[in-house]
Amino acid sequence: MLLPFALFYLVFLVGPLIYTVIAGFFDTSLLRSGLGDFAGLSNYKAVLGDAEFWRTLGNTLWFTVLTTVPLVVLSLVLALLADRFVRGRWFFRFAFFAPFVLPSAVVSLLFMFIYADQLGLAQEAVKWFGVDTPPSWLGDPDWAMLSIAAATVWWTVGFNFVLYLAGLQDVPREVHEAAAIDGAGPWQRIRHVVVPMLGRTTTLVTVLQVIASLKVFDQIYMMTSGGPDGSTRPSLQLIYDTGFVEGRVGYASTVSLLLFVVILFVSLVWFALVRRAEKEN
Amino acid sequence: MTAIATRPETEHRGTTAPPARRRDSERLFNRVALGTLIALAVLWLVPLAWALATSVRPAQEVVTNPTGWFTAHPTLKAYGEIFDAGKLPYWYANSFITSILTTVLTVIMASLAAFALSQTRFRLRRAAFVMLLAGIMIPGQVLMIPQFLALQSAGLLNTYWGVVLPQVPNVVAVFVFKQFFDGIPRELIDAARADGAGWLRTYWQIVMPISRPAVSAVTIFVFVGVWNNFLWPLLVVTDPEMMTLPVGLTSVQDVFGVPYAQLMASAVLGAIPLLAVFALFQRRIVEGIAGTGLK
Repeated sequence: MLLPFALFYLVFLVGPLIYTVIAGFFDTSLLRSGLGDFAGLSNYKAVLGDAEFWRTLGNTLWFTVLTTVPLVVLSLVLALLADRFVRGRWFFRFAFFAPFVLPSAVVSLLFMFIYADQLGLAQEAVKWFGVDTPPSWLGDPDWAMLSIAAATVWWTVGFNFVLYLAGLQDVPREVHEAAAIDGAGPWQRIRHVVVPMLGRTTTLVTVLQVIASLKVFDQIYMMTSGGPDGSTRPSLQLIYDTGFVEGRVGYASTVSLLLFVVILFVSLVWFALVRRAEKEN
Repeated sequence: MTAIATRPETEHRGTTAPPARRRDSERLFNRVALGTLIALAVLWLVPLAWALATSVRPAQEVVTNPTGWFTAHPTLKAYGEIFDAGKLPYWYANSFITSILTTVLTVIMASLAAFALSQTRFRLRRAAFVMLLAGIMIPGQVLMIPQFLALQSAGLLNTYWGVVLPQVPNVVAVFVFKQFFDGIPRELIDAARADGAGWLRTYWQIVMPISRPAVSAVTIFVFVGVWNNFLWPLLVVTDPEMMTLPVGLTSVQDVFGVPYAQLMASAVLGAIPLLAVFALFQRRIVEGIAGTGLK
């Protein structure tokens, strides 16, 4: 019964992973069949010495920071607030979660228009606040990544919001009441009672978010194609460009493996955190 | 919010008894919370509302006043042009077929594997479980090159199977099923076995019918994930008639360039199917995602 799944698992995950490890040591090309010549560590030397590798990794990490912090904090705040209202909760759930079911292509189309020079809502909106020459949101290297991160927050905050709402269901009513009888105001109860009880959910939301953000590709590819001047190009696009556009499979495999190591590291830290929390209980 | 600040009760806080004071602060907090939530919810709806408003404005108007919201002459012309220019019916059909195929295969294979791991005892069970656990940490996108090469050599580029197959081994789905199966009383399985039912029959006739919540949770997140997947279909499909909706939409964008009424019409058309499903099954979808056992 395990067999059908195991077969798919081996063919599409384990096999490709092994191939990636091996291809990293060869001069593999998309244009020739087979692995090509043995290259030893030269791919690793090339990648680690390539400024573009470090820049795309830096872009990826910067995007991860720019999205993870607001996506965790904002979704927590929204869930804490929405949890207080039974009536009308469906409306908040709809407003915040609906964008999450949209394809990345739709999100990119929407925000390319919103961020458009002269035509877009975003430039219009900052003019209301007295900024006469608004920046070119996607055309200015200083703003492009921030703009894409903001669009991403709009798009995916609903998912974390729902996870937090579910976590809040597990906070017993009595805890609220007991704290209220002790004289704790709403703000104190949230800070000292509810938020600490959501620790597990926060760990989960943060780790899932970091892993998802490290794999960013779609919206950047569509909104700026990594530009202007490569200022938004993420690691996954470097893999895509070197592997599929230039056909340098060996090089792209090495980048893949290094990105994989980064993601693996995050996952292992998560497991360690969860295990430690379970031991303490 | 100024109305709240000048509420009379808040002014003589010092003279009221503690319980009343607490009720006041509670009420104030609730009002601020509600105000903040409504403001943010409206802000969150702006992009979709604006897209919808722009898509029905005549192209001429969008050019002269791009950030306007309303038009005196609403028109569906932009939608018509999208249908004429692209292969939208194909893309809807392709997205639908590949999403259904992947979802059905994933549900069957993941639940079978989870059943084996949860209810049967076999050698190497523990090893199999650990290996699966490791699979959670393998990000599929990082493996796109070897996956592509494998499908290319199998001649599956530009086919439904090429889109579907690599998305089937979904480790999270196995965990959701396993978590659910672990909660099924042992006696139920033992009774079925004592009646002479084989493992497959026990799985299909006893376990699956009572596992609806797990099935719907997995169905929802797999379907949405496949429907919205962009990178993978972008790689394996180049034939316009085989494209899925997200990939097709970006090709429309290349055709039209600037005219925003058309771009927004295509965004709305791309948004409609899953938004409609979400509006209809909001409760179940949200519970499904929250109940994946991940929390």
